[in-house]
Amino acid sequence: MRNWFACAALAFAATAGAQDTPPDELVKSVMLEIQASVAQDKDLQAGDRDKTIALIEQKALPHFNFGSMTALAVGPAWQKATPEQKKRLVEGFRGLLTRTYASSLNSFRDQKLVFRPLRMKPADTDVTVLVRVMQSGAQPVDIEYDMEKTVRGWKCYDVRVAGISLVVNYRTEFANLVRDGGVDGLIKALEAKNKASSSPAAGAGKK
Amino acid sequence: MVLSLLAAAGCATTATDPRDPLEGFNRAMYAFNDGLDEAVMKPVSRAYKAVAPDLLRGMVRNFFSNVDDVFNTLNNLLQGKPLDALSDLGRVAFNTVFGLLGINDVASEMGLEKHNEDFGQTFAVWGVDSGPYLVLPFFGPYTLRDSAGLVLDWETDPVVRARPIALRNSLIATRFVSKRTDLLDASRVFDAAALDRYVFLRDAYLQRRRSLIYDGNPPREPRPAE
Repeated sequence: MRNWFACAALAFAATAGAQDTPPDELVKSVMLEIQASVAQDKDLQAGDRDKTIALIEQKALPHFNFGSMTALAVGPAWQKATPEQKKRLVEGFRGLLTRTYASSLNSFRDQKLVFRPLRMKPADTDVTVLVRVMQSGAQPVDIEYDMEKTVRGWKCYDVRVAGISLVVNYRTEFANLVRDGGVDGLIKALEAKNKASSSPAAGAGKK
Repeated sequence: MVLSLLAAAGCATTATDPRDPLEGFNRAMYAFNDGLDEAVMKPVSRAYKAVAPDLLRGMVRNFFSNVDDVFNTLNNLLQGKPLDALSDLGRVAFNTVFGLLGINDVASEMGLEKHNEDFGQTFAVWGVDSGPYLVLPFFGPYTLRDSAGLVLDWETDPVVRARPIALRNSLIATRFVSKRTDLLDASRVFDAAALDRYVFLRDAYLQRRRSLIYDGNPPREPRPAE
């Protein structure tokens, strides 16, 4: 009984901790943790996809709000989707973003990251956290995380890399697919893409 | 060939995006460029990456980046950003002298950040509208305005003005391979991300240009209701 209490208290403390972490510190700790994991692991450095995806699933994905991201990317069609369709859309988009993230991890391996402290008011519920990736002989690349405050802590709902918003970039693609094949057409396209990039041949080359 | 492509553009009924009225033509150009990239540019860039050590590739990148900073200085002046122009000029001075003709980017390490400017952006700052999206053969994604900028970019490019012609050509080729090699990682991400590669690249290009024109701080678009 006492053990159970201790566990519950600990679990509570842990979640409370994550909820209290300011968004800029959250981004910083997650990014540094991932960078450190890659630095310690030869398989990750060699681009082992399953391991990379496992790392992202564990470290990064809990801090994303895939419901919000999917709704924003799907646009007006989201309102008309059934709960079952919404579920499959979120799953499909989550898979796509995870694989995209995994393919980018290698390029940021030994880059110098500069974290800017965020100036925010205590009442803010929607902020943008900026991380600058420094490179030699090139303009620094800014990664911006749009974060919203939820009951489960700060969650990311869009990422902009060099000014390109992931969510915005999918909007036209998704709208075209919905126009041509309805929401089910979009679901099918997402699932097909995820299936294609999970096949063993996908890593070696394309088509 | 160009005529038949234009005819194809005329027939295209798929053009529904107001930013891309020439979608039929652009898709044909995109397919042409993509084929060329797969057949020639990518293999050459992969070979360059395999053969040349990181350090050497860094030096090549920095050398061309230093030449490019002269050009950035000019465009920042034309855009009425004297402080950025001064910073660019400082980069050229430090990198040429202390970076051994630019092969080391000492200025970035000192905190003088590189800018990315061109005549397309300068025209935008002067109030010229982007015009339709346009995929140019060999050059890739542009807009009408940025293609006009490209002509001036080319005219004022120190590398293009290098003589003798043989030297100029090898400089242009080397710079191209260097740039394409730096994009190998990005094209892997692109392959993983895109459902419709043409649309994904177009939208990414248009977003990127908008960000560059505002020097990384475009006015935030309102978040649409969910």
